[in-house]
Amino acid sequence: MLDESAELSVSITQIVQRLKGTHLHSQLEKQAKECLHKPEIKLETLKDDVRRLLKASGWERKLQNAVYRELHILPPPGHPRAPPEHTKEPLAYMCKAQVNWEKRILKSLNSMCTELGIPLARKRPVPEQKELTNKWNEMGTDEPDLSKFRPVYAPKDFLEVLVGLRNPNNERSEDLTVRSHWGLIQVSLNVRNIPQMREMYPELGLTFGQLGIDDHTHVPPDLFESEHIHIGKKVVSEQDSAAAQQYSRQGCPTGLRAQLWSLILNTTNDPEDITHYEQLKARVIHHALLVDNLIYKDVKLTASNDDYYFVFEDYLYQVLLCFSRDTSVLEHFNYNSATPPKSCIQSKSGSEQSAVVYPPNGVIPFHGFSMYVAPLCFLYNEPSKLYSVFREMYIRYFFRLHSISSLPSGIVSLCLQFERLLQSHLPQLFYHLREIGAQPLRIAFKWIVRAFSGYLSTDQLLLLWDRILGYDSLEIVAVLAAAVFAFRAENLMEVTSLASAEAVLADLSTLKMKESHIGLELPEGALYSKDPYFVQAAFSPMNFSIMHDPRS
Amino acid sequence: MQVVFLTFSLTRAPKPQPQTWTGQHEKFIPAGILPCLGLSCQDKDCTPYPRYNTTVPLRDNYPPRQHSSLNPTSSVLRTLDRRHRTRREGRNCIRYRCGLTNTIQDVLNQRPGWVEVKEDGDWDFNWCDVGWLRENFDHSYMEEHVRICHFRNHYELTRKNLMVKNLKRYRKTLEREAGRMEAAKCDFFPCTFVLPSEYHIFVEEFKRSPGSTWIMKPVARSQGKGIFLFRKLKDIIDWKKDGSRSEEQKDEAQVESYVAQRYIENPYLIAGRKFDLRVYVLVTSYIPLKAWLYRDGFARFSNTRFSLSSIDDQYVHLTNVAVQKTAPDYDPEKGCKWQMQPLRCYLTAKHGFETVQTLSKEIDNIFIRSLLSVQKTIINDKHCFELYGYDILLDQDLKPWLIEVNASPSLTASSQEDYDLKYRLLEDTLHIVDMEGRLTGKEKRVGGFDLMWNDGPVYTDVGLEALGSSCLVANTHLGCVNDRQKQLQQLLKPFPGQKKT
Repeated sequence: MLDESAELSVSITQIVQRLKGTHLHSQLEKQAKECLHKPEIKLETLKDDVRRLLKASGWERKLQNAVYRELHILPPPGHPRAPPEHTKEPLAYMCKAQVNWEKRILKSLNSMCTELGIPLARKRPVPEQKELTNKWNEMGTDEPDLSKFRPVYAPKDFLEVLVGLRNPNNERSEDLTVRSHWGLIQVSLNVRNIPQMREMYPELGLTFGQLGIDDHTHVPPDLFESEHIHIGKKVVSEQDSAAAQQYSRQGCPTGLRAQLWSLILNTTNDPEDITHYEQLKARVIHHALLVDNLIYKDVKLTASNDDYYFVFEDYLYQVLLCFSRDTSVLEHFNYNSATPPKSCIQSKSGSEQSAVVYPPNGVIPFHGFSMYVAPLCFLYNEPSKLYSVFREMYIRYFFRLHSISSLPSGIVSLCLQFERLLQSHLPQLFYHLREIGAQPLRIAFKWIVRAFSGYLSTDQLLLLWDRILGYDSLEIVAVLAAAVFAFRAENLMEVTSLASAEAVLADLSTLKMKESHIGLELPEGALYSKDPYFVQAAFSPMNFSIMHDPRS
Repeated sequence: MQVVFLTFSLTRAPKPQPQTWTGQHEKFIPAGILPCLGLSCQDKDCTPYPRYNTTVPLRDNYPPRQHSSLNPTSSVLRTLDRRHRTRREGRNCIRYRCGLTNTIQDVLNQRPGWVEVKEDGDWDFNWCDVGWLRENFDHSYMEEHVRICHFRNHYELTRKNLMVKNLKRYRKTLEREAGRMEAAKCDFFPCTFVLPSEYHIFVEEFKRSPGSTWIMKPVARSQGKGIFLFRKLKDIIDWKKDGSRSEEQKDEAQVESYVAQRYIENPYLIAGRKFDLRVYVLVTSYIPLKAWLYRDGFARFSNTRFSLSSIDDQYVHLTNVAVQKTAPDYDPEKGCKWQMQPLRCYLTAKHGFETVQTLSKEIDNIFIRSLLSVQKTIINDKHCFELYGYDILLDQDLKPWLIEVNASPSLTASSQEDYDLKYRLLEDTLHIVDMEGRLTGKEKRVGGFDLMWNDGPVYTDVGLEALGSSCLVANTHLGCVNDRQKQLQQLLKPFPGQKKT
């Protein structure tokens, strides 16, 4: 093992390497050079003076934020002799499962291609380009016939793959404990238990104010709220990524969320970002891809039918089409267990063949993919800004929800986390559902894969995502999924089939976390005591006949 | 003005008025006049209270001013009310009549202790359509406790031409009495003229702003029927002598009034789409004015993307669900509505909390001013209440504009979510009308309704003043969380014969 300082120096080298040559780098250099002309710079204290000036002009903060961003996507340093694939996924059987899964997706995509006689990509004729340019802002008004297209896969298919995962080292089933047979996920990964979670999520404890969660805190709600908003404004004015992230743990006020999130993600809307977006748009206009149809179909099937998101149909096409052309997304495959699919293109002469990533960003959309973008439309209305926030969210978090990996925030761990929480805190419920053939994960999986987008009402969802950004982890998604079961436990105990269990949990849009704010509290009744209700999502009790009060 | 009643011509021929009274001396008293004093009660037990002269001159249009001066103090009314309650509890059920077959019927049906009465039976509560009201209201006698869902001359606010007339008059009075600044607070309706009567001033105004777009609406039709946009005078001249219309329609057109309204050319767009707001306001009394604002409501989106270049395409411009439904690419599964909460969330995220606060203050202003503009015109009547559906449009500067007010807002639901909203709305309306006598009359909030005006502005009790700040916060929460069930549980006594859970 590396010791800490060596580890640190490796990270520093990596970050310096990555920031070199960026736009920020050249800007900093330019600023430093300009400083030299200022009278207050003395030759003998040159270094300190320049530093001070950069600090005063806010450039130091920008650098800090950039470093902070790199830290987020920096893979954990592995053993120096470990091959680079290990940072993608250290467990061989996971790698294999992911590779097989990708093969299946590609096969399905290829067969659709042949079946429909549509090329993977083609250049649009000029009149079509013109038409698309004119329609760019109203692509949703187009109603092409997409009946032949079907999503490459749906969360359900993906769940089957996860259920089939086995660790070859644990092949003999009699070695497994009784508990590990209970759930659908049969691999053993290290997930946090309740005491560990308490350590991880101290701000969700009872003694902390949560935006709008006022029942259990000792501070009067209005006082907490106005204080919290006040601090939020300060965080925004300081332009500090780290502070914004810490702040987001207790929930962002609606009016500040857009600024806070882009601060946390360190996304900017500089002229370069706008140019980048315009370039992507030009690529969409020049070439048509097969995946465009998949995107189109997905938006029509999901967001356009959603009570909240139908309005944003046009934005979704714009963002998703541009996303599929963005080769800078490929970078995230350095730490994603997935590998971008390749396809062969024939050169004009037909003699040479070369492999290219397809689609250009390496991500094949599946049923529900557009729901990752939809909630963000509530925050940003310039497409370029919306785009950069989505891209950053994707390469930090969302990719984990559909790649097979053993990482703590990966989908397998989340599923396992969800099952473990239910098993250890509501064993009776878990047993009952399992007995009637309604494995809880079968119901919760779709929520988890979409990080609840399209299931919770938007305001609640944004409060949930506040916590994802705040803790830089998707774990909270699994915790909430378990909490939903806990809150409907009484009704669920009475159901006798998967269908009726699904019916009990069909509509989550009424889940209200205390006065419009998420109550993702992990309070004494939960993480903080021995009580079975480990998450106090302070749902309005009247929405359910089954509100549990741990203290009663 | 024979024009005014044109829309009602479809209603049934007058029937013999229901004999709902037991008394002899009060024959054919317009129900809007006497019973509202709460004094024409037939119950013998009530007689110890001073009875005002019950032989008031019988006129069809009794000036409302006079009986406001006769109004007994509210405490007397309350005492009377209580006595009635006791009496009604003896009957143990509330008889209702319902003239509509939609959400309201379900709400009434499912209300504990309420029973429907057949066509001509006696009723305590009547949710009628405006046609019924026009035919029967003047001929029916109503007991003290009886309630009906319209004011006699509700059209003063809900007919496009009368609304504008009343608002213009109110604005003039304000300017005279309170100055220009105050009058400017009424500038929330687009420049409007009634045609044909104001044709000449309209033409003058039209010529003053060349190139602008105007919208024509028949005053008495609803749901977007007969509406069109124009930019040239020639267009309406052509329309006036449009040969393609049948003879029958022509006759109708001769008497049918239109309003020509300056079209709002810079509406606020969300993702390129135009929308308007539907907000519900409940008025339980005009003198003194008592109005409630519902927290929920919705934004109706146009299915097509907005651009002024296609003014012939009315689907772009009209956000009425009724119009949108006939659009060629309308997909009922899609829905064109946003509830108020996501809208508020969206606007707050984009413009900040303070801006949205200011916007809702301005919207409140529209409700209050428009109601005040007809306060002296509407025949106040203790039996009447009215649920108005306000249509509001926002422009790019987030200024709200009053488009129109509906006395019979569509209660037919377009989706489950819509049904739930309307169900909640109507349930809470009935809570406030309070046939069961479960309220004290001092509530500032009942379910999803917040008291907005009670002979003056209403402010919230809690909040900043508790923290030592002196600023007053309006008691309205449009688009805020509607945790009505919890609130109702705390507020209401259980229904008679029902156990509190």
